[in-house]
Amino acid sequence: MLARDDQDSLKKTPLHGLHVSLGGKMVPFAGYDMPVQYPAGVLKEHLHTRGQAGLFDVSHMGQIALRPKSGKVEDAARALERLVPQDIVAIAPGRQRYAQFTNADGGILDDLMVANFGDHLFLVVNAACKAEDEAHLRANLSDDCIIDSLADRALIALQGPKAESVLAKLCAEAPAMKFMDAGPHKVAGLDCFVSRSGYTGEDGFEISVPAGDAERLARTLLENPDVMPIGLGARDSLRLEGGLCLYGHDIDTETTPVEAALEWSVQKSRRTGGARAGGFPGAEKILAHFDHGASRRRVGLRTEGRAPVREGALLFADATSGEPIGKVTSGGFGPSLNAPVAMGYVPTASSAIDTKLFAEVRGQRLPLTVAAMPFVKNTYKR
Amino acid sequence: MTTTLYTSDHEWLAIDGDVATVGITDYAQSQLGDVVFVELPKVGRTLKKTEAAAVVESVKAASDVYAPVTGEVLENNAALAAEPALVNSDAQGAAWFFKIKIADKSELGGLMDEAAYKAHTA
Repeated sequence: MLARDDQDSLKKTPLHGLHVSLGGKMVPFAGYDMPVQYPAGVLKEHLHTRGQAGLFDVSHMGQIALRPKSGKVEDAARALERLVPQDIVAIAPGRQRYAQFTNADGGILDDLMVANFGDHLFLVVNAACKAEDEAHLRANLSDDCIIDSLADRALIALQGPKAESVLAKLCAEAPAMKFMDAGPHKVAGLDCFVSRSGYTGEDGFEISVPAGDAERLARTLLENPDVMPIGLGARDSLRLEGGLCLYGHDIDTETTPVEAALEWSVQKSRRTGGARAGGFPGAEKILAHFDHGASRRRVGLRTEGRAPVREGALLFADATSGEPIGKVTSGGFGPSLNAPVAMGYVPTASSAIDTKLFAEVRGQRLPLTVAAMPFVKNTYKR
Repeated sequence: MTTTLYTSDHEWLAIDGDVATVGITDYAQSQLGDVVFVELPKVGRTLKKTEAAAVVESVKAASDVYAPVTGEVLENNAALAAEPALVNSDAQGAAWFFKIKIADKSELGGLMDEAAYKAHTA
């Protein structure tokens, strides 16, 4: 009885009924009842996404419109720059950029996508953080923007080498989109927001669709024999192989964007000497990390053997030393590599590619090598 | 003549005289999903009942396999270490984990027969 009560308190996405009818194994995730896998299993789902195309329900994520009170999108962009270290003003209409909300200590409150839809900004934030993110936006940007939570929309990701040809049948403009293009498009006649991006390292799209039309769109996409439904299990192994951070694990309030090896996401205009340097929470610390380096760094890790090294495993400089030098923040088995993969934080002095380290797993020290990420070459259509 | 018994932690034991062949049940493999790594106990190691004896890892998570009885490991399944996916395809056959010499047969008393195990997983 208790278990059922617990399950009832979980939120459901507009595709919940579809997951159940497809045989999804449902688990609690960020307050939602979500499919961790379907009958095919994590391994097949992962490989199908890399080989053909996978359909993911990411409706649990937060979709927020930032509408400038002035009517000028640049004013919304300038306002949002007070909360993120990214150049938002420079995002051209129809384009999207990866960003982070930072805190006063330079840590990361959440990571997000920001798109310029011409007259407003469209944000996609993590499910577990969306309430806090929205409150943060309201507390800081309400003078300049209307913060419009788009709770009546679902979000479907279509990822993999066949994503373009599959979506082209329902959205003629899709093939012309380039990586990180984003904007309103008709998909199967429905009013959608489409971006060419994702969380797998593959080419693909994310499609925001009105909640009431989501199941029909998902079923239409699944009718294509190239498309298989993919659960959270494979979503995690795909993003891990792609070297992509999972908020709350690889990045959190204790890690700066520089420590997290996300320097590429902070444009020069916001760094020391830039046109709009600083002016975001934690700028002092984050810019100091840019200017003088940080003492630790997120790195990719490969093992010699087949034993996966998982989140929480301590890292050591050698096979016998007593003090750990770092910790694994994500780790598991990479089905496309047919080998374990992990990422974690190590002292910057130990962060060079090919540095030999050890991880403690069940009382044994397993040899690891610092490796370049992504582990699997990404296939974005730039 | 072998008898198969089950633990509440989803191990099976095929008992032949004073030797038990141990693996995980088909129910357990279906819950774990695709198995990608198996770590087996060394031959000659003495295991205590309920001690972590082996590890089975799916893409997503690691799980312990417990010794269902006390005794010495006589053999481990090298074919399984080489091909962990056997756990998914033949959990209660080719994917046995290890053979153990049962030190105290009275420890078998608390284990389940097939009917009781079926009820346990129903």
